[in-house]
Amino acid sequence: MTAATPDPLAIAEAWAREGRGVALATVVETWGSAPRPVGSHLVIDRDGAFEGSVSGGCVEGAVVNEAADVIETGRPRMLEFGVADETAWEVGLSCGGRIRVFVEQVG
Amino acid sequence: MRLDLLAALNAARAARRAAAVVTELPGGAQRVVTQAAGDPLADPISKAFASGRSCMIDTGEASAFINVHLPATRLVILGAVHVAQTLAPVAAALDYDVTVVDPRTAFATAERFPGVSLVADWPDRALPALKLDRYTAFAALTHDPKIDDPGLIEALRAGCFYVGALGSRKTHAARCARLAAAGLSEAEIDRIKAPIGLAIGAASPAEIAVSVIAEITAELRRPEAA
Repeated sequence: MTAATPDPLAIAEAWAREGRGVALATVVETWGSAPRPVGSHLVIDRDGAFEGSVSGGCVEGAVVNEAADVIETGRPRMLEFGVADETAWEVGLSCGGRIRVFVEQVG
Repeated sequence: MRLDLLAALNAARAARRAAAVVTELPGGAQRVVTQAAGDPLADPISKAFASGRSCMIDTGEASAFINVHLPATRLVILGAVHVAQTLAPVAAALDYDVTVVDPRTAFATAERFPGVSLVADWPDRALPALKLDRYTAFAALTHDPKIDDPGLIEALRAGCFYVGALGSRKTHAARCARLAAAGLSEAEIDRIKAPIGLAIGAASPAEIAVSVIAEITAELRRPEAA
């Protein structure tokens, strides 16, 4: 019996080989209470399909939106989310923590 | 991430080798490291391999993110018994790769363990092929010394991060004497969790399975406290 949770890195490689534009988002820093640990991945394709997670679902929508630009331009981007950051981001972490997410193109 | 780097990383993960992705920030230059020695960030990388924790490193003017990927944790259950029928699917739900070993073919049946990897063979033949390692938990559940003892010896020698054995304190005392006679050191024997499982008053086989997976989780996440 093998692991139950989908493996974002295996999915990223498979999607990239299929020629789908792919971005990989990684939690690189957390402060305070954060739902997913540093190193967690979310993989996104050009059409907005995604697997994995970088939070408990609070900011995935925003990361998917940013990923579209990263796939388009090929330029990586650092995103930061937190409850204290309402002017920059419309989404926040309900748990009160803060996270930085690195989004890069795969391929 | 370049596709060739991602493929190399996934190949290392598939082969159960520890690997780290180093991303230099803000530029984004990357490398995949499987041996810390020789890398400019050898020290923090080897620490990350030991702890399993990914981290951001300040390298002076810039920074680097070290994302460490340790092999998936596995659980090898010796004994296709009633407790194992709950322990196997619960551990799989917690992302363990689960294998059940039992030479008794009446126990190790696909009907009793749907979807579980089963090896119907003696531990001295089955376990070397499974390549037990420090990312593997091992639970001996047969109650039969002919089966459990060689399995425990193999698991301790392989450095499994968790080694547990079913049986009362009295059973375990007799087991310790046999293992000492077989040449195991006191330190090795002391690593065996017995009676197996956290003390939660488990009564049914399924509850014992819960106590075992909880004990394995504690050993994985808080080895200093367990």
